[in-house]
Amino acid sequence: MTQVLLSAKGITKRFGGVQALSDVGFTINHGEIYGLIGPNGAGKTSLFNVLTGIYVADGGEFLFDGGSLANMKPNDVARRGIARTFQNIRLFGNLSALENVMIGRHVRTHAGVFGAIFRNGATLAEEKAIHKRAYELLDYVGVAKRANSLAKHLAYGDQRRLEIARALATDPKLLALDEPAAGMNATETSSLKSLLHEIRRDGTTILLIEHDMKLVMSVCDRVLVLDYGKKIAEGTAGEVQKDPKVVQAYLGGDVSLNLKGTT
Amino acid sequence: MRNLLKLKRNRATVWTACALVIAALIVLPFALATIGTAWVRITNLAILYVFLALGLNIVVGFAGLLDLGYIAFYAVGAYVYALLASPHFNLHLPFWIILPMGAALACFFGVLLGAPTLKLRGDYLAIVTLGFGEIIRIFLNNLSQPINITNGPQGITLIDPFRIGSFNFAQRETIAGLDFTGPIKYYYFFLVMMAVVIVINLRLQDSRIGRAWEAIREDEVAARAMGINTRNVKLLAFAMGASFGGVAGGMFSAIQGFISPESFVLVESVMVLAMVVLGGMGNIWGVILGAVLLSFVPEILRYTVTPVQEALFGRTLLDPEVIRMLLFGLALVLMMLFRPAGILPSAVRKRELETPAKT
Repeated sequence: MTQVLLSAKGITKRFGGVQALSDVGFTINHGEIYGLIGPNGAGKTSLFNVLTGIYVADGGEFLFDGGSLANMKPNDVARRGIARTFQNIRLFGNLSALENVMIGRHVRTHAGVFGAIFRNGATLAEEKAIHKRAYELLDYVGVAKRANSLAKHLAYGDQRRLEIARALATDPKLLALDEPAAGMNATETSSLKSLLHEIRRDGTTILLIEHDMKLVMSVCDRVLVLDYGKKIAEGTAGEVQKDPKVVQAYLGGDVSLNLKGTT
Repeated sequence: MRNLLKLKRNRATVWTACALVIAALIVLPFALATIGTAWVRITNLAILYVFLALGLNIVVGFAGLLDLGYIAFYAVGAYVYALLASPHFNLHLPFWIILPMGAALACFFGVLLGAPTLKLRGDYLAIVTLGFGEIIRIFLNNLSQPINITNGPQGITLIDPFRIGSFNFAQRETIAGLDFTGPIKYYYFFLVMMAVVIVINLRLQDSRIGRAWEAIREDEVAARAMGINTRNVKLLAFAMGASFGGVAGGMFSAIQGFISPESFVLVESVMVLAMVVLGGMGNIWGVILGAVLLSFVPEILRYTVTPVQEALFGRTLLDPEVIRMLLFGLALVLMMLFRPAGILPSAVRKRELETPAKT
């Protein structure tokens, strides 16, 4: 049984004279890994930013898990259950890996100033739970060994993984990843692939922007292709790579595109 | 958490060290009194600066919001106390009522400053807060007409000291054969207050709220994307910082017995900021050390510059006031050159130096 988690209708965004997104619509089902691809400047990250409330859309609306996301601030969107990573990694560099993930728990915990000052039982229990969950998540993505290192001192691939752990700490229903494989070598990418599968198996839907076509074609159930802010194709990986419009957008001509779906 | 782990490792050493420090702090005022009561007063002021520096550290060190008008909250607290416990309005409320009121009003002003500046950072925020500090001071200077509220530049005199029943903090007494002067009594009270404030700060730092502040300092966009309500958390930082300033202001009024807008000039804000930066932004112990050093060093120089010159050159070449600030400024410049992260850098910055950078 498929159930819609996120649906977008007529999403439009302009920056001055640049039409970053025009009338983009799609739906993501529960438990899917949904790919978002397109040439540079196609509007993928803009779409992410509109979805997560960093930009306000000029038109259109997102319906997420039975409610509208219109006019929501980024922190409200995160509370509703969409967590994201950033194309150019945005960790809290001067804090430890563990603290980064602990901050991700902020939105699901409640202790305030009085709890912090008086350290009552409830606060202490909550702190303990935050700590435990953060360790679990670090272990889950495979950077538990570097828990006490500063985030900015982690290796590049580990930083990407840490960002995923931090996003998962918010208990998201939808995990939005902006080019998680960028700058990774083949080994790192293949272990990222298994991490993505694992996250999906554990019940989190994934929206994935990625330039690594091998990765996209091998993990994504369905793919949306953007070009110049417009949706030019949507479908399974196999369908999309045969679509002449997609070939045209990527290669600029009438050539056949041969992408292997497996590695 | 980190500090806790370290504590467990050598608990015995830590407890002995703590006991020694506490014993030293208890004996300190009597030792200082033998040199001169002035030094006990200087120590009391130093404790107030510790208060201020810790309050500002929440805003600047934890949340990363540069505030150049912090002294305004000190002024608010001081004036609340002065107006409610002096012959000026003929009100004489007890201090344990006024201090929380001062903290609350300062807190309100903190939010008042925070709310319109939520979207500002760095230099822009510094300019607005600087303006705010000046506005408060100029208000205090001019609120003598048409209704005389603050008594203008003349300030408010004959402010009540702290009293608990018949126990008067300003009165000299002999208790158990020891000579307790007014400043010594205040010293013990301030010491207890300081301990409370330090504990509050340590606990805030290692809490959900403290982590949210640090997240905002590191990357505001990422913090929001992680679901942190940056508006509320920032306002909370301003409010908490301001209320510490307000309490310190009330205490300042009481020990001085006289306040005027001149006590709350921009240089004071800059001084408190220098304490935070010099000591080590974000590290509570560093900030305390910075505050103590910057309060004592100018005073020590005041008393030593002339004798030293006479011993070296046989006469006083430079006016002590001039050379004092010169040496003080030089010390600050050298500090920043050789220890840019402060005397005691925060744990984070220390780890930064220990772990080799990996890219």
